[in-house]
This record gives sequence, structure tokens and C-alpha cells, in this order.
Amino acid sequence: MRLVRWLVLVAGLSFAALPLLWMGLSSLKSREDAIRPHLNFVPALGAPADPHSFEFEATGTAYAHLSEVHAGAQASFWSHLWSSVVIGVLSTLASVALGTACALGFSRLEIRAAKDWLFFVLSTRFMPPLAVVVPVLLMYRTLDLQGTHLGLALLYTVFNLSLATWLMKGFLDEIPRAYEEAALVDGYTRAQALWRVVLPEARTGIAVTAVFCLISAWNEYGFAMTLNSSGAVTVPAYFAGLQGNIEGMPWPQIAAGALLFVAPIVVFTWLARAHLLRGITFGTVKQ
Amino acid sequence: MSFLSLERVEKRYPDGTHAVRGIDLSIERGEFVVLLGPSGCGKTTTLRMIAGLERHSAGTIHIDGRDVSGLAPSQRDIGFVFQFYALYPHLSVRENVAFPLMCAAVAKADRERRVREVAASVGIEALLERKPRELSGGDQQRVSLARAMVREPAAWLMDEPLGTLDAGQRAGMVEFLRARQREAGVTTVYVTHDQEEALRLADRVVVMDQGRIEQCGPPARVYAEPATLFVARFVGSPGMNLVAGDCAGGRFMVAGARIADDVRAPDGPLVLGLRPEHVRVDPRGVLRGRCRLDAFHGACRYAWVDTPGTRIALRVSAAAPALAAAEVALGFDAAHACWFDPASGRRVA
Repeated sequence: MRLVRWLVLVAGLSFAALPLLWMGLSSLKSREDAIRPHLNFVPALGAPADPHSFEFEATGTAYAHLSEVHAGAQASFWSHLWSSVVIGVLSTLASVALGTACALGFSRLEIRAAKDWLFFVLSTRFMPPLAVVVPVLLMYRTLDLQGTHLGLALLYTVFNLSLATWLMKGFLDEIPRAYEEAALVDGYTRAQALWRVVLPEARTGIAVTAVFCLISAWNEYGFAMTLNSSGAVTVPAYFAGLQGNIEGMPWPQIAAGALLFVAPIVVFTWLARAHLLRGITFGTVKQ
Repeated sequence: MSFLSLERVEKRYPDGTHAVRGIDLSIERGEFVVLLGPSGCGKTTTLRMIAGLERHSAGTIHIDGRDVSGLAPSQRDIGFVFQFYALYPHLSVRENVAFPLMCAAVAKADRERRVREVAASVGIEALLERKPRELSGGDQQRVSLARAMVREPAAWLMDEPLGTLDAGQRAGMVEFLRARQREAGVTTVYVTHDQEEALRLADRVVVMDQGRIEQCGPPARVYAEPATLFVARFVGSPGMNLVAGDCAGGRFMVAGARIADDVRAPDGPLVLGLRPEHVRVDPRGVLRGRCRLDAFHGACRYAWVDTPGTRIALRVSAAAPALAAAEVALGFDAAHACWFDPASGRRVA
């Protein structure tokens, strides 16, 4: 039984990790090695003696060339990564803050037709977001938000708000009201009780919600491509935009950049891993 | 005016539930009052209205001569002990106990001295640096008590504080609570559904049912002279035996048999109430039946006898001969009998 479990785990892990591994190897190749038609996946320090072996010469040039501006782009990878960070962090902060505020209301106050409102909040996710790309584009053009950090950050905040509200409601519902009541008796006002007692208790929930919001903003492609093709271009849109340029795809640099791009998410997720399972089940696991 | 008083206090929830239906209660300074009743009787709601955690729908509440009706919990000068402790999980025991003093902006040196004193009085000095989740239920409740005591409030309000403890811890905590309350002389209102706990703790027991007070009095009187059939059944373990019959000219008859004479009750349907300790096996007894169960209770035994119309529990000494399955005749102590009017449920004699 144990053996079977391990076999399944190893098989699943290799399936998930293989593309990442290939990306890692590609990032160490020269451009010629990256597009060579025969298999080469064993990094070697020098040039391989036999050009048809599985070996290739490992090099760090792809990483060194990340600061280069490629044909078909206006800025280097680093400047696009910065755009992704600004937009991702801004929208995550905003969706978590607003989502927590909404969830506090739904969880702690008596709201008329609260269930209907919650369903409405959820229903905003029923439509595929790209269905509204044209109206949003027109709106953004009028408001001069096209190609700005603020524009995409606002959009991602709106997309993630429903998720953040539902997740945070699950987490806040699990915090017994007695904590606030104790604080009220002990001399706090309602606002102080929320700030000093409820929110510290909701830390893990906030962290989990932030991971989900960040991942979805970080990886979003459709709107980034449509709205921000000329300014404040995020990494996914930047990589896609390199296609079909006159110099051909700089595969090693793309692999290196993509690896660096997923790294922060991996770290963030790893830090919050203990709480993610509860988050995936929408915080509804009751003791 | 008494120290803590409730006048015609009611609680109606938005969904229409009428949880508390007009309560009048006066509590003297330093008194230990226990609100006792089954779940849903309104006892916890009453306590929470005194604390200000629920707003009452009608009536007035005074604490120490002050109308607190519109005041927030923090302005009512009370300490509250919750059933599930409600210790702040992210704070250490020391910080939990010091919390109300922080809110009151007490100076640091003074704060530390008072935390030390109160920790010593409830026996948690050794636990001050721990986190609440590392403590046993009993210790958590001690911390919770310390937190309620540290500010030296005008009243302690306790909502089933021992409800989650196991039997052994509970017995110890009952003695401890009683002693601490006597020592501190702080007016205390305590909610429980455990009648034994109520009788052991209270100066005065308030028995509640369906949002109303059924009886209010010292434990001995509530036990010996229940005011209503509900109290007779609810207080005592097992509860009072109730035998339904009719009274005619001072004679109490059950199914044609004469059970008692010289009953000072009006003619008509009547219920006889007898505590198990006032029923005995008596060959000349008028209540006859077969013994169903004879259960050992340590210092004594309880036997249940099926008489026509009702099952009667009686206390027998541990050394008495076994009764199980035997046909027995039961006699009772008329001096201790209680008589109830079945229509109103109230005691008439």
C-alpha cells in the first residue's frame, strides 16, 4: 500500500516537474543548443566531443542577457518583471483588504438577504472575464488607463474580490465570536476588538487569500495582452509578444525569465503551504 | 435598591424568538446567584443582556445603582467568563490576564503586580509564559477566571464555565470558585444547566424555563419546596416523584386507593410530590408495585418501582437487601410531601 502510494506520488511529481526541469535545462543552453533537433539534456562543462550525444555545453549567458532589449519589445525582462510585481502586489493588497472588509460584514453583522448578496458576489465569476474585454478596452481608453500599472491592478482587484470575500468569510466564520465579546467586556470598542483580536486570528486566512489573489494576478494573460501591450507590460504578455519577431524566439532567455518569474510564487506558496489545504476547501473545514 | 437589578427585562430576536419573557430579579452585593435551567430557557441570554453583549428589547437593568441599558459592555464594569474560555490564542497567558488592564491603561508596574497577585490566587503562576492552547481545559478556565478578576470589576458573570471540563476537574473547580467568590465578595451571576452544580455554588438559585423565572430562592428551599412542577422535576437527581390523583375532602386518592389524609388542598385534581429520600419500603405502605431497577450510587442505592400510573424512585441504604424484580409496598413521609395543582403547575401545599 505504502509502495503504491509512493509510486503514484513519484509519477505525479515527475509529470508536474518535467516541464520545469526542461525549462531549467533550456535556460542553461545556448540558442543553437536550444533549437537543435536532436535530444540534448545532459549539461556538461565543456563543448561535447560528439555533437550527436545527449550532452550540451552549460552556459549562463541566457541569464546575463536578461537585461537585453529584444527585437519586438521595448524594455528588458527586468523592467517587465517590475511591472508584474507592481501590478501583482497592488491588486493583491487591494483585493485582500477589500475582501476582508466585505467578509467581516457578512460574517459579523446582520445583513438583510446576506445569502443573496453572497451569491451575487460569487456570480460575478460565472462569466468568463475575457467576454468583457472589448467594453473594458473602450472604457480604459476613455479613462486613459490603458498601458498603466493602475489599470491592470484595478482590473485584477475586481476579478479577485469575489474570491477574496468568500475565502475570508470562511476563515472569519471559524473565529469564535467569544473572542470579540471577551475583548468588548475587557474594555475595547468594536473596532479595536476587530483590529486587535479578530484580524490577528485571521492571519493565516489572510495569507492564504493573498496567495490565491497573487497567483491569479501574476499569471493573468488575456487582459494584460489586450490592455497593456504598449506600456506597463507584464511578463506573460512580454514573452508572448516576442513571438514572430524578426530575430526569432530567444528560447534560453525565455526559459531563464520564466524560471525567475515562477520563483517568487513558489516561495510564497511554500511559506503558506500548511494553510493552503484549508484555503482550497474554501476555509469551510470545521473542527 | 439592590446591587444588580432586572426589571421586566425581555428579549425578542428579529426572527421572532421570544427568548426572555419579562424577568424581575434583584441581586444583593456579594451574592452568588445561579441561573439554572434547560438549554433554551433564556438563562444565557439573560446573562448576556446583563453584560451588554445582547441588547434587551424591553425593561431596565441596573448595576450598582446605574442604569446600564444603553452602555457598551466595557462601560458596565463587569468580568465575563465564557464557556469555551475565549482566551486570545495569539497572546501568552500573562498577556491574556493583563489584557483588561492594558485596555484600562494601568501603569506597567501596577499591571505586573496585579497579574502576579491574581495568577497566584487562581494557581497559574507557573503557566504565565505559555500559550492558551498548551493548557488543559481546567487551566484554561483558571486563566479565563484570572482575566475576569484582574480588573476587580463590580460583578462577575459566568456562562457555564465548567461545562467543557471532565467530572474530576469540575468537582475541584466548583469548590475553588465558591471559595474565591466568598473571599473576594464580588457579586456573581453564574449560568448552568447542571442542577447539582447550581445547588453547590449558589446563595440563591434562579430556576428558569421558557424565558420565565420558575422559582428563585436558597438552594435548600428550591430543593425541598419547589414552587412548580417544573422545578420539582428539574432539580434533584433523580427529580421529585410526582403522583397524579384527586383530592376530595382532604383525602388524596389515586385510582380509587386512598394515599393520604389531612391534605390541605382544595378538592379536584392534585399531584403529590415526593423526594426519593422521603419514600421508603414499608409493608403497610399504600403505593404498591414491582421494582424495575436497583442502581448502586456509592453511599446509597436508588430503586425504581412501577406503581399504577407512575414510576417512583426511592433512596435505599447501600446495605439494604436487593429490591430488583421484587413486589414492594412503599410508604412516605407526609411531612415532606409537596402538593401541586396540575392545571397551573404551582405548589398549593
